[in-house]
Order: sequence, then structure tokens, then C-alpha cells
Amino acid sequence: MIEVRVFATLRQGRDKVTMLPSEGITNAADILHLLHIPSEEVSILLINGFHQKPESPVKDGDIVALFPPVGGG
Amino acid sequence: MAGAYYEKIARINLTTGTITVEPLDLELAHKFIGGRGLGTKMLYDEGVATVDPLSPENKLIYITGPMTGASAPSTGRYMVVTKSPLTGMIACSNSGGIWGSKLKYAGWDAIIVEGEAPDWTYINIVDDKIELLDAREYLGVMSEAMDEKLKEKHGADASVLNIGPAGEKKVLLAAIMNDKDRAAGRSGVGAVMGSKKLKAIVVKATRKNLDNIADVDALKVATKNAMDVLKANPVTGAGLRQLGTAVLVNIVNNIGAFPTKNWQESYYDKGEDISGETLAEKYLVKAGACHRCPIACGRVVNVNGKVVGGPEYEPLWAYGGNCGNNDLNVIDECNMLCNEYGLDAISVPCTIAAAMELYQRGYIKEEECAGVPLEWGSTKALVEWTKRMGDPETELDWLMSSGSARLCEHYGHPEISMSVKKQEMPAYDARAIQGIGITYATSNRGGCHVRGYMISPEVLGLPQQLDRTVIDDKAAWTKTFQDLTAVIDSMGHCLFTSFAMGAKEYTDLLNAATGTNWTIEQVLEIGDRIYNIERMFNKAAGMKPEDDRLPKRLLQEPVVNGPSTGMTSQLPLTLPQYYEARGWVNAFPTDETLKKLGLDECVGK
Repeated sequence: MIEVRVFATLRQGRDKVTMLPSEGITNAADILHLLHIPSEEVSILLINGFHQKPESPVKDGDIVALFPPVGGG
Repeated sequence: MAGAYYEKIARINLTTGTITVEPLDLELAHKFIGGRGLGTKMLYDEGVATVDPLSPENKLIYITGPMTGASAPSTGRYMVVTKSPLTGMIACSNSGGIWGSKLKYAGWDAIIVEGEAPDWTYINIVDDKIELLDAREYLGVMSEAMDEKLKEKHGADASVLNIGPAGEKKVLLAAIMNDKDRAAGRSGVGAVMGSKKLKAIVVKATRKNLDNIADVDALKVATKNAMDVLKANPVTGAGLRQLGTAVLVNIVNNIGAFPTKNWQESYYDKGEDISGETLAEKYLVKAGACHRCPIACGRVVNVNGKVVGGPEYEPLWAYGGNCGNNDLNVIDECNMLCNEYGLDAISVPCTIAAAMELYQRGYIKEEECAGVPLEWGSTKALVEWTKRMGDPETELDWLMSSGSARLCEHYGHPEISMSVKKQEMPAYDARAIQGIGITYATSNRGGCHVRGYMISPEVLGLPQQLDRTVIDDKAAWTKTFQDLTAVIDSMGHCLFTSFAMGAKEYTDLLNAATGTNWTIEQVLEIGDRIYNIERMFNKAAGMKPEDDRLPKRLLQEPVVNGPSTGMTSQLPLTLPQYYEARGWVNAFPTDETLKKLGLDECVGK
């Protein structure tokens, strides 16, 4: 399974955490497609806590975290 | 009058009660912009670097920037510049609200407060009239109540700056509050105000806008451009209003850079409970904004039925994960207490976290805790110890109110203080984010994130994504961020505009308002000059090269949990690169660097 966490405004209409079977998922873009999240809405994409790109590979057991553009300090 | 400056400074001697008006040195103002830069230069020239910060010889400079109060975005900032009693070095604490704008509208670029009043006093400013009034009846009044009392007396159009009980008692973590919940929070500036027996400064102004802009049409164009940039940017246009800076809790925690239990861990498994999302869901009443700010990052929350200013990311982290606490309502309450007592809502909870580690390791004994043991996650401890630090009585109260460095030193374990130059570091683990460690170590005011916010490129991807785990050219990035930040602070803009705006937008605004014709490179050189004059103040104050350091834990104890497990700070490698980029040797500018920056008066010092 792949654990997908979404945050901030990406939570509107979506669960905070979704567990997805890893079959058929090769990269983060596949996850965005499955969850109907336009890639332009994602500013920070983490795989296991490290910044990655939509084309980055994803495998069983990974944690994918998605954030819209955010700032603070 | 010269563009965007009123060319007028008030010097108020509280010992003698004399108030004199001095002209602003316009050439100097252009050379250091105003605010942080000009204030530091003025303080350096006043020769107070070697004095006891809590003596009458120290001076407090309340200073605006040329943009403060201007018809441009997020210009409600003023700064308090003084010698810090916490660090013994330069202090420049920056605050929003409307007080700074009103000081400017009243026609003052800055006020210099010196000496010590014979008894408790407050300053009342109405346009060009300044008077000293008796504040004895207000002794012990909490900050918010003080705001209300002085507004009742002087009118609802008055803006109030004051210290709470913490500042009165010269607590080293005391802040200066304005407009109820805005704080010049760091480096103990409230203690300096208390040492002068100055309780408050009230300002009323007839002007409602600056009437001395050099090129009004050019400022309109530059402002429209800046507003367009801010609105189009998803962070400044919407994100900060929706979730505030609190949105960072989940991001920083998910990368494993969220210091937990006094930096013993770097991932908090209950982070979601204290996140911006949870805050918005359960406690948020509305967003709040400072004067002329379209960003509106402020939180207004409901704390047990009382509607007050809510926590930013820093106190959420510091009272949350860093103290092993996931009760968000208690964080809101403690944040409110910091505002009421007039306390730094970063250093206070970080010192409690250090005390909790001292207690965990058996260095602080239960019998010292006067009935409130310093146990991780104890909500009772967080509330009670905040109150005690705001109005200390026992020996441990006083030790804790003096910050983690002095506290841990007292118990013989200075390594437990997560501070730089005796000021507590903020909410990003420098083992997991390499660039921010350079900012912490080299910050002229001690542990601080807003002197070169490397989190922008290393975590948020602004203006571009850097790999947080590597060194690369982080030293050069840090220098650029530090220099641009010095410019933004000195202009009187809020730093948050820089999530969208760049050096060009600031340069256009500055030139339009002041009538200068700086290039972007020249403006960044001013930032470099400001960073160097701050460093020269610190040198005169006795700073040593070894003060540019990080706590041993960050260099020698790898991260133990979360995604960044195994990482340590590479500061020993990046610091020499940083000094080279700055033109410094052994932490200080060379004479050649000083000359290049037009700081000839510092050569040989």
C-alpha cells in the first residue's frame, strides 16, 4: 500500500489520508491522477519526507505528502 | 521635506525629562535606508555597544522606515533597536499593527529614549507634541488591559505600545507589545524599556497618510505592480490568509525537521493535532491583518470564550512538539499569556522545553518546581510556568525567565540550551535543513529565522527549490537572503511580502518613495552594509568568533527519528564559505570589506 497525505486546501473534498494499493502506480503523477488533483495545485510533493517531482517513482510502502503553495515564518 | 522621511527625530531623556528635536541626517538615511539599518547605525554612533544593556546608558531607538505607513502593501512595520540584555549584542525587533504608521504620520522618523525615569512614566505623542506622563497607577497592568486603559484616556484613535509585567521586572525574555497583540518580541527589548521605567508610548496623528512621497505617480505604479505580484502569488494572495503561518507545522514535520522535546527528536507523531489545519477547523474566528496589509496572515482565535490574537507557527511548535504537547487550546492560551505578560512567545516556550529536558535528566529536582513539575506535555506546567516567567518570584522563576542559556549554564549543562548567542533558535531543525543553520549561526541578533529565511528555497521552493540536505552554494544563498532581508526590514515592509516580491519590486518602491535612483545591485549592497554595521556593533560589544556557532547537539547528535534520521548540520564546512562570501575573516569584516561598503568609520575598530 501507498499512504497518501494531503494538506491545507488540498483537503477540501478529500480525505486527509488515503491508502492506495501500489498495483498500477509507478510514479507520483499516477497518484495525482487517481485522486483527481491537478498537478498545478501541488507545490510541494514529498516522498518519504524528501522533495520530489511528479515523475518520481513511487513504490509499495512509500508515504506521499502533497501540499499547495504555502509560506510562513 | 525629503521623500518619505520627515527628517525629524525626537530625543527623550527620561532622567532629566528633556525632549529635544534633532534633524535626520538625510545622507545617512539614504545610506542605511531607515528602520533596522539606520537605527543600528545610529545606535553604533551613540557609542552604547559597551554599556550594561539594563543601565540608563543604554538607548532605545523606535524607528520607522521610509515605507512605513506609505500607500504600498504591508508597510505597517516599525523597529526597536537597542543593545540586547539577552544576547549582549545588537537587538532589532520588528513589529506590525498600526503603531509604527502612526508614529510616522505624527511626523517622526524615530524617537531615541535614553536615561532612566525617576518613577514610572509613559510618553504621549500627539503629532509634534511630546509629553511625559505619570504611569505609576498602571504598574502591574497586563499589556492588553494597558492598551484599553490608555485608549480610554487618550481616545480610540490613539495607538498604544507598552510593556506588561515581564518588562517591568526586566525579564530578559520580555517583549514590547503594540496594538494589543503585536509584538517586537525578541532579544529582550521589553526589559530595556522596563529598565528605563517607561511603561508605554501612546501615539495620535492628524495625518492619515504620508504626504511627503518623492514621486507619487511612480509610487502608484510601483504599488500597483507590487499588489499584482502579491495577489497573483498563491502564498501571499490566498494561502497565508487561509491558514496563516501555522500551515508550516505539517510541512516541516513531514520532512522531519520539526524539533521535538527540546530538539532531542525531529518528528512529532502528534503534529496534526497542533497544525494550521486543526487550528482553522477548531479555533479560528477570522484572519487578522496589520495596517495596509493585503496578506492577512494573522490569526484571531477563541481561547476559552475570549477572542484574542492567535499563535503563529513558532509558538505552535515551541509550546507544542518542542514541549511534547499536543493540546492546541493550551497553546492558544499560552500564546495569549505571552501577549498579556509581554513575553517573547518563542524564547519562553523554548526555555520551558530546555527546563523539561533538565527535569527529565534529573538536573532540576521536583522540589524546586513549587508544585508544578516540568514534565513533558504537562499542560499545567506550560500555563503555570509561562505565568511565573512573566512575573517571576522564586529563584527558578527568575532563572527560567532569563532564558535557556543562563538556565542551563546554572545547572552545569549548557549543551541543553538550544540557543545561539544566548537566544533560542526557532522551529526548523538545522540538521535536516543545511542552509538555515548558517542563518542561525551567523545571525547578528542570535538564534533567529527572520534574518535570512532559507526555509523559503530549501523547504517551500521559493523562489526555487533547493535540496535541503546538501551544502552546495547555501552560503552564498544565505548571504543574499540576509542582505535582502536587511533592506526589507529597513524600508518598513513586512518580510512576508518577499514570498512573492523580489529585489526589483523593493527597489522600485524605495526609489519612488524616497527619490533615490538606486539599482538593484546598489540596494543589495545597502543590505550588505547593514549586515556589516550590525556585526561591527557586536564586535564592539565583545562578540567573539566562537559566538557564530550552533549547539553541539546539531553538530554531534544525528537526528534520531523521522525522515531526516541520521543527519547532522554541516556548519563546520559552510561557515568558512559564508565568511568568504561576506569578505570576513574570523567572523568579522576585513578593513577592505568595510571600505568597500563605505563603512570607513569602522576601519581598524
